[in-house]
Amino acid sequence: MHPVAESLRRRFPDAVTGSREALGDVTIYLRETGALDVFRALHDEEEFRYDYIVDVTSVDYPMDAERFEVVYILYSIPRRHRIMVKIRVSETHPVVDSIVSIWRGAEFMEREVYDMMGIQFRGHPDLRRILMPDDYDEGYPLRKDFPLVGKGWRDDFSFVPKYFENLPPLPEGRK
Amino acid sequence: MESMEKDGVRTSQGAQELERREITLSTLRQAVLNGLDSSIKTDQFLLNMGPQHPSTHGVLRVLLDLDGERIKKAVPDLGYLHRGTEKIAEYRTYNQIIPLTDRLDYVSAMANNYAFVRAVEKLLQLKVPERAEFIRTIVAEVQRIVNHLFWLGTQALDIGAMSVFFYTFREREVLLDLFEKICGARLTTNYYRVGGVEGDLQQDVIDALYTFVDTFEPHILEYNTLLEHNRIWLARTKHIAVITGEDAINFGLSGPTLRGSGVDYDLRKYEPYGAYDLVDWTVPVGQNGDIYDRYWIRIEEMRQSASIIRQCLDKLPQGPFMTDDHKVSFPPKGRVMHNMETLIHHFLLVVEGFKTPPGDTYCGTETPKGELGFYIVSDGSGKPYRMKIRAPSFVSMGAFDFMARGYMIADIVTIFGTYDIVMGECDR
Repeated sequence: MHPVAESLRRRFPDAVTGSREALGDVTIYLRETGALDVFRALHDEEEFRYDYIVDVTSVDYPMDAERFEVVYILYSIPRRHRIMVKIRVSETHPVVDSIVSIWRGAEFMEREVYDMMGIQFRGHPDLRRILMPDDYDEGYPLRKDFPLVGKGWRDDFSFVPKYFENLPPLPEGRK
Repeated sequence: MESMEKDGVRTSQGAQELERREITLSTLRQAVLNGLDSSIKTDQFLLNMGPQHPSTHGVLRVLLDLDGERIKKAVPDLGYLHRGTEKIAEYRTYNQIIPLTDRLDYVSAMANNYAFVRAVEKLLQLKVPERAEFIRTIVAEVQRIVNHLFWLGTQALDIGAMSVFFYTFREREVLLDLFEKICGARLTTNYYRVGGVEGDLQQDVIDALYTFVDTFEPHILEYNTLLEHNRIWLARTKHIAVITGEDAINFGLSGPTLRGSGVDYDLRKYEPYGAYDLVDWTVPVGQNGDIYDRYWIRIEEMRQSASIIRQCLDKLPQGPFMTDDHKVSFPPKGRVMHNMETLIHHFLLVVEGFKTPPGDTYCGTETPKGELGFYIVSDGSGKPYRMKIRAPSFVSMGAFDFMARGYMIADIVTIFGTYDIVMGECDR
């Protein structure tokens, strides 16, 4: 096990659920409760010093019990090391703690995750949609159940042929 | 060492004298402003800027909360160029995604191609032939010069120094013509491939590149003479949009914007890829974290890029420019036309794409604008299950409010310019 993962697991036995090393990346899996303390330790303490926020993103696994995975990518400039931290949340309660109080650059990244995947960040100073219009109410575009070709303004015209009408059924196994 | 090099850029005593006078002027101006604060009545004002504004480099809207002419708060409103690249990518094979990355940052398409193919190669754990690595490094550095020339011209143009634009675009044109020779396109290049590049570097291109790097230094001095002695330009770039190294790290800024604040963070040095560890070059780092330092870094980076290109051309090895692992690369056309199995193999590579092992990875690349990263989740099929683009322009906009506060409304355009943002990349 990677020394960072080892140390974190010893310090936070309740919050850290596991770790993985693959393709040269170290991944730490966290529980949602208590994750903020782990992030604070990762940022502040001399042993870790992950001072640079690379990205906050999310992945949708519709078949899983805990549907969404929030992925944090952190980098330590003094130690020249990168880790990924992952937290799973459920569809019914998609809330994680915001890390804006630790890395201010996470503000826009978390807003994007909220905009695209609908995950809420507790304690975020300004949680609004960022890329989609503010009044957009047709869901969250990067969820897997959101269609690639959607309903548009054109569909309101009666004389424009409808895209989804009269389409032959798709063969088995094709999406 | 940095300051010595920096002094080297200033060519004469006259420039230093000018700077001294400039500092006296700015203190005077500050004193006058402080004195006036009580006598002149200012008003709170909410101003909308953009999305159609020539200096926003795309379509960006900013809501400015003003106190007189001072910015109290600046709220960027993004998303006017949101095309859903990440969603579209989930429905395309990896080779089909490469042209999509051209359209992210359309002034440095080659660098985006490079960032994407590197992420896929990391997922595949694919080894790229040596010649391909060198060609990629050369082309990426040419792209860096093209991008910085474009940035220099437009940044000066935003401030009002129009002539620089004509000079930088003269050199940019030479390099874009080379791109046309290399891959057939000037802007949307689509040149890199997973496992190598699309075509070899021909001898005429190599000769032209040698000629370019040999004659580039006088051109840089030419741009410097246009700007370094220009008092208006200096007054509008020095001590504007200052950010400390600590704050810049906390905001996740990258590229010249971060290095201008004195943070030595360059992925080409930290996590060498391509041929960067085989050539000799340095990372320029600033001190003050203002617009002038970031300008100086980009100028210095162009010098370094020219040096990297020359060294790579000297060392360019012979050999294949595409991997011979035909699980990933297309089989030779001659065999496709005469061999049934090869034809089927080619067909499957086109319609289904090559398969990547299940897993996820993040791979960051130092593009001219900063760290462009691709986070790819693969489910074992020929298409990414999820692709996240870490765009440096988007992250930079997160720090915009912090960096613009307290400056004058006229500084807004220079602050846009200093990030080197391109909205296509910011909104994706």
